[in-house]
Amino acid sequence: MRAKVTVMPKAGVLDPQGKAIGHALAGLGFAGVGEVRAGKVIELELAETDPVKARAEAEAMARRLLANTVIESFSVTLD
Amino acid sequence: MQAGIVMFPGTNRERDMALALQRATGRKPAMLWHRDTELPAGTDLVVLPGGFSYGDYLRCGAMAAQSPIMRAIHDFAGRGGHVLGVCNGFQMLVEAGLLPGALLRNASLRFLSMDCHLRVERTDTAYTCRFQRGQVFRSTMAHGDGNYFADAATLDRLEGEGLVALRYATASGEVTEAANRNGSARNIAGILSPNLRVLGLMPHPENQVDPLIDGTDGLPLFEGLAEALAAA
Repeated sequence: MRAKVTVMPKAGVLDPQGKAIGHALAGLGFAGVGEVRAGKVIELELAETDPVKARAEAEAMARRLLANTVIESFSVTLD
Repeated sequence: MQAGIVMFPGTNRERDMALALQRATGRKPAMLWHRDTELPAGTDLVVLPGGFSYGDYLRCGAMAAQSPIMRAIHDFAGRGGHVLGVCNGFQMLVEAGLLPGALLRNASLRFLSMDCHLRVERTDTAYTCRFQRGQVFRSTMAHGDGNYFADAATLDRLEGEGLVALRYATASGEVTEAANRNGSARNIAGILSPNLRVLGLMPHPENQVDPLIDGTDGLPLFEGLAEALAAA
């Protein structure tokens, strides 16, 4: 089973990377772009076949290592 | 005082740290490896030096914080041991939960390699006992992710309990936005644990310990440690 962990900077945490991307987009002439936030996606191949257990496992991994919950939030999707 | 310096794959400031400690204590620190599961008997101080452990993968210090020796360092700190984390070492300490908060990308998005001035906020610690309160000393920063962040409640607690050890300031000691090059919350350059024995800071005081190479502004930190932990 594959799990996808999306890690994003928490609301209120400065995201200079997102800001820089936003500036670059404006410089390229893409109008109408509001706030830009940059995060990361981590794909995991899990031996677990039960979706409930797989999700719990991926969430535990995110809390322990993949995300720093002081500054980042995460979400898990399975496929 | 017996110090141990921990090396991780990608650590690159361990030798400067060893020279600084040796200069202050007259004793060679032990060089420890990240896969070690215990600290040498008689260790008084553990130092996590600067560098780019594990290539800064995932987040700076995140991988190192999970390495085998960190469990021993947790226990050591729990028993009241002194732990100093500089630069990447500070990042490890926050990732390992030994200090609160996190270190974000510099607000400018640039790697900053330059002098800075640090104002000493309290002097009743092993690290700062050789300084005067409010004293400013010159140091060096060399980091891409040194922008200290914590939520407002944590910052207020740190301030309230006097756990901010060092702040970025001007040469004359004013805490200004211009002096805060990496964008740290409240100009915080270094913080202490509640028992004052764990210190994390982004700048490199070990750079300034030799009169022939950039002066000795950082030496009091190491001499203070040597003095405070001599009896230990």
